[in-house]
Amino acid sequence: MSESLKKHTLNPNNWVKAHSDYLYNYAITRIDNHEQAKDIVQETFFSGLKAAENFRGQASERTWLISILKRKIIDYYRKINSRKGKAEVRVNFYEEGDNKGKWIEERVPQMWDNEAEKQIENVELKNALDKCIDYLPEKYRLVFLMKNVQNFETEEICNELDITASNLWVIIHRARHQLRKCLEDNWFAK
Amino acid sequence: MSKKFIIDCDEATTICDKNQYKEATFLEKLKLSFHLLICKKCGLYSKQNTTVTKVCNQHLHKCETEHHLSENEKAVLQTEVIKKLK
Repeated sequence: MSESLKKHTLNPNNWVKAHSDYLYNYAITRIDNHEQAKDIVQETFFSGLKAAENFRGQASERTWLISILKRKIIDYYRKINSRKGKAEVRVNFYEEGDNKGKWIEERVPQMWDNEAEKQIENVELKNALDKCIDYLPEKYRLVFLMKNVQNFETEEICNELDITASNLWVIIHRARHQLRKCLEDNWFAK
Repeated sequence: MSKKFIIDCDEATTICDKNQYKEATFLEKLKLSFHLLICKKCGLYSKQNTTVTKVCNQHLHKCETEHHLSENEKAVLQTEVIKKLK
């Protein structure tokens, strides 16, 4: 029998030893808060125990735990959303009325430094990016992170948040607009 | 040309964003290409958008250091899991 067809089993006694670092690493890169990430790993194990009888052995133990962890992270993103309760501050980039859909003159993309491409790997750019993502209105941030960090399928996000695909693209559109502008202002502008 | 192919900047950049995730349809990509022929502003947006994607791919997915829990934290975690197991 090939390796991939082998039935997987759960061994909770060994979870912490075998998977806690991996899960923690996965969580911390998406949550960026040690205590929260640690708690989420613990909750993942607890939920895993509760759901153990539903484990059908098709995925590896680790893959299965990661899928639980992913849900926990979405719940976490959600929670911080509602806690902050920040209203959506919408920045318009396009005209309304007669010129509907045309760029608003002062929001037109500016030329970037010619060296922009060479700076992509700069470690400090990560800080600028993190800050810019933090500035996004919560709903944009949630969708953007689900799409870009968690790599969820469009359909999964729509189901999870109960929005249509076109809603989703409008949100991504606005999020990326603000992100581009923020990176321009804080990093790439000449 | 059919009106169907004429889109405004708002729509063009929306398609451009969608395309960053390889989810724009063939027709959308066609409309975008037409628009980019006549619109320098969106051309610039499109170019910078690709850079934004590269920046995200570079910095959002990985971290430079491996993070791990301390031995102490793991011991606590292990105790908690075992408690629940019983």
